[in-house]
Amino acid sequence: MKYSRSLQLIQLGVLGALLMGVALAALSAEKKDPNKFNRLMTPISERNPPPAEDGIHDPESFGTELLQTPRASFSVLPRSPSGNYVNWTKALDDGAIEPRYHRDDADAGPVVMDLNIVREVKGSMPNVVYPHKQHTEWLDCSNCHPALFIPQKGANQISMAQILLGEACGACHGKVAFPVSECRRCHSQPKLEVSKTE
Amino acid sequence: MRLQRVARFLILCLIVMSSGIAWQANAEYADVVLNQKSEKEGVRPVIFPHWFHRIRFKCKVCHAELGFKMRVGSNHISMENITAGEFCGACHNGDVAWSADECDLCHSGKPGLKTGIRGGHETMGPGIW
Ligand code: HEC
Ligand code: HEC
Ligand code: HEC
Ligand code: HEC
Ligand code: HEC
Ligand code: HEC
Repeated sequence: MKYSRSLQLIQLGVLGALLMGVALAALSAEKKDPNKFNRLMTPISERNPPPAEDGIHDPESFGTELLQTPRASFSVLPRSPSGNYVNWTKALDDGAIEPRYHRDDADAGPVVMDLNIVREVKGSMPNVVYPHKQHTEWLDCSNCHPALFIPQKGANQISMAQILLGEACGACHGKVAFPVSECRRCHSQPKLEVSKTE
Repeated sequence: MRLQRVARFLILCLIVMSSGIAWQANAEYADVVLNQKSEKEGVRPVIFPHWFHRIRFKCKVCHAELGFKMRVGSNHISMENITAGEFCGACHNGDVAWSADECDLCHSGKPGLKTGIRGGHETMGPGIW
């Protein structure tokens, strides 16, 4: 009996502490501005913050202040609506960045393969055009074939559910490459156009 | 009664956890925290900025040439193999980039972070490779 009573007390104590924590957090959030324009979306002014303010770098570490602020780097790159808020494909095409294809050789270039794979989508969403060109600019064939995709048109089952779970296209999109919220960059072929050309 | 209290407690825990997540959502998209050994060995967790490196190198350099598997936590990176010229040490050798004696530039994370990819990533689960 006594034992369960003290357990109850501990529970109450923890509960109280948690409640206070939540109340404090809510209070400090309210203090900022309860009716700020962008409540859930990160407003433009707060995107790509300096390392010391990003919540994962330790502001007390001597190294943190030496690191580059993403916002400063991205100010000269084409923008996009999500992820890093950088359109990496365009940045590369425009020559705004010149990432090396070899560790030591700044002049080496990829063998780009220009092969589009159209995947017809059930339902009302436009078809998915998978472009080998933009991918082979960045990646090696072995990054995708054969572990992620069997290199044969239609041989792979792909669905949005898989992608959202980090499989198939979701191994990169939503992690490093532009995220899933930019539907139209993948679902880029309107269904009308297909029936016209057929 | 008792069940109710437990339920309330769990819900609160959830709220606190989710506010923790919201707080971390500021991290730059695709930043990787590496903390499998660091904190146990008394140094800050490592933060690897993908965005910074992809401006300078294509994915192929790290994920094919240098053999980083595309799955957070699946590469057994340690100071021993870094100074032997593997993984980060393939470049952070005072030749391609500043060398491994700049501890604080890599070990810059807040204590207590878990290994994983950060910054508003939208898919769940690890990369499949
Ligand atoms: C980012 C991932 C990725 C990379 C990198 C990649 N591919 Fe593919 N590849 C795919 C996907 C997705 C398909 C379509 C599979 C399907 O429809 O099920 C495909 C299909 C193919 C096919 C089948 C085409 C057909 O008409 O049947 C070949 C051949 C191919 N790839 C070769 C290559 C070569 C060669 C490279 C390197 C130069 C390469 N791929 C790089 C993702 C990739
Ligand atoms: C191995 C990683 C990887 C995989 C797997 C992958 N992608 Fe990509 N994808 C990239 C990268 C990197 C880019 C360059 C743009 C960026 O980083 O945002 C890109 C760019 C694209 C683009 C070009 C967008 C534009 O603006 O031109 C499309 C479309 C695309 N991916 C669709 C797909 C589809 C569909 C799949 C699955 C069949 C897929 N990707 C799988 C890494 C990947
Ligand atoms: C990285 C590329 C990519 C992005 C971004 C993307 N999709 Fe998809 N989507 C696909 C692929 C690939 C398929 C599978 C097509 C097939 O059946 O072969 C698909 C299939 C679908 C389907 C058909 C049902 C299913 O689950 O297979 C729907 C609906 C859909 N997507 C909606 C969306 C919406 C809405 C968004 C934006 C929030 C979106 N997609 C963003 C690649 C993408
Ligand atoms: C300078 C080296 C470097 C470059 C360049 C690089 N990466 Fe990575 N990548 C890493 C490291 C390091 C990790 C973490 C590995 C670990 O935890 O063991 C990683 C992890 C990943 C993961 C795993 C994420 C997960 O959820 O598990 C993916 C996917 C990925 N990178 C894709 C890419 C793509 C796409 C590109 C090109 C746009 C790229 N990387 C460029 C070094 C690099
Ligand atoms: C180029 C980046 C980089 C630099 C510079 C660096 N480290 Fe590390 N360090 C790592 C990575 C990555 C790991 C493995 C992270 C993990 O999973 O915990 C690591 C792990 C460690 C560990 C854990 C045990 C072990 O030996 O692997 C210690 C201790 C450590 N580092 C100390 C140092 C010290 C001291 C310095 C400066 C002399 C230093 N590091 C510089 C990247 C770096
Ligand atoms: C392919 C080569 C390469 C690899 C592999 C690599 N780096 Fe780097 N890294 C660079 C270069 C080049 C720079 C820029 C150096 C400079 O500013 O002089 C850099 C800079 C950095 C920076 C500083 C970013 C800033 O804000 O200035 C950090 C932190 C970092 N690397 C961590 C890592 C860690 C951790 C790993 C291993 C997981 C790693 N790097 C692997 C090439 C590499």
